[in-house]
Amino acid sequence: MREIPGEKVVEVVRDLCIEANTELPESHLAAMRRALEDEESPHGREVLERLLQNAEVSKERCIAFCQDTGYAVFFVEMGSEVRIEGGEIGELINEGVRRGYDEGYLRKSIVKSPVDRVNTGDNTPAIVYYEPVAGDGFKLTMLVKGAGCDNMSALKMLTPAEGVEEMKKFVVETVEKAGPNASPPVTVGVGIGGPFEKAAMLAKKALTRPSGEPSPDPELAGIEREILDEINATGIGPAGYGGTQTALSVHVESFPTHIAAFPVAVNLDCHSHRVAATEL
Amino acid sequence: MADGIRIEAPLTKEGNKSLKTGDVVLLSGVVYTARDAAHARMKEAIRDGGDLPFDPEGQIIYFTGPAPARPGHPIGPAGPTTASRMDPYSPLLIERGLKGMVGKGVRSQEVRDSMLEHGCVYFGAVEGTAALLADRVKEAEVIAYEDLGAEAIRRLVVEDFPVIVVNDLHGGDLYTEGRERWRRKIRTGEGS
Repeated sequence: MREIPGEKVVEVVRDLCIEANTELPESHLAAMRRALEDEESPHGREVLERLLQNAEVSKERCIAFCQDTGYAVFFVEMGSEVRIEGGEIGELINEGVRRGYDEGYLRKSIVKSPVDRVNTGDNTPAIVYYEPVAGDGFKLTMLVKGAGCDNMSALKMLTPAEGVEEMKKFVVETVEKAGPNASPPVTVGVGIGGPFEKAAMLAKKALTRPSGEPSPDPELAGIEREILDEINATGIGPAGYGGTQTALSVHVESFPTHIAAFPVAVNLDCHSHRVAATEL
Repeated sequence: MADGIRIEAPLTKEGNKSLKTGDVVLLSGVVYTARDAAHARMKEAIRDGGDLPFDPEGQIIYFTGPAPARPGHPIGPAGPTTASRMDPYSPLLIERGLKGMVGKGVRSQEVRDSMLEHGCVYFGAVEGTAALLADRVKEAEVIAYEDLGAEAIRRLVVEDFPVIVVNDLHGGDLYTEGRERWRRKIRTGEGS
């Protein structure tokens, strides 16, 4: 059994919060540079240039890329041979978020309830998904999820007869409906299969895959390319001002499902696509 | 960054008429921040016959909730939030003289009608440029609803703050026009 001190978890979570909010992933920056080369609309190019410039400034000065420093979402892959010492893991992650959002000058955007709408004051609770794995590894992946694009997400319970064609259509329609509100160019997370909630979680997890990396399943990779082409034909463009680059990447994650079901969930991420990961 | 048309707040209906959808504008002068919670409170103030935190006549509202400022800076990163969430409130302020709004995303038909009637223009800013936008804010002061934190109303003084005209006073809408111009057909039989 490998033991990891709780204080270490707090420290890396704090660092992840600051890193994710101030340094965009290299794969995402590369995707934005490609989009700048390919974008045909002058307004679209101008928006992409400013986004890239903003990324430089925020990294250089260690300030948030976007004021909406979002929900702090964590995917925890915890090996069966790992034990966390000195505290419950969820609370350790919350403590790391508390410190990261305070010390990193990040906005606290979480309210206690949708009804009373009182701010929790420290951006907790973190949203944590656990994935048990074999071995003694411990990996934390953070997704900073802004609300503007999350609000534009959607889920539909298709029938098997509607199938892949309807699924593709639903994804494209979701991006079209979102239009400028989702702050394009977007990254599109798609979850298919499972029951209702599994599809939504897969869609969120799909966003953590590096931009431009295709699905290892060749059939899904083909579907991703087709959806991407169709989204980029909508004309929405960067910031919705019109253009040829509306999405940078489409990631489809699949899971077994029921003989009666074809659930599809679409989770959109804005141009401030913020992911960071670390292993302990 | 591209040059733009320089305009100075406060704005007037006459002056706004010269702006066209798609114009890149550099905005200077006073701008007030307000988003969801502040708009809800302003609506209550209007309903209860109370005073608004500022007189909207000629003013501009920027839909933003900035991140905390680092020492020595007037404001933290401050990009626009989705404007449609303010749609239920904006006409109340436009009727009272508001002449400009800065945000991102589509406005409702009701808001656009109200803008045309009263001479208010809607400008877009780019959300993922929050660090750059904050550099154009020279002064920031909370003037109302301090308990709302990031959502408090702030009086900003901005200099060459880059925006683009989305909805002008001639019925133009950059989101619709841009999308139509760059839309391509890649599948036959693709409806709507």
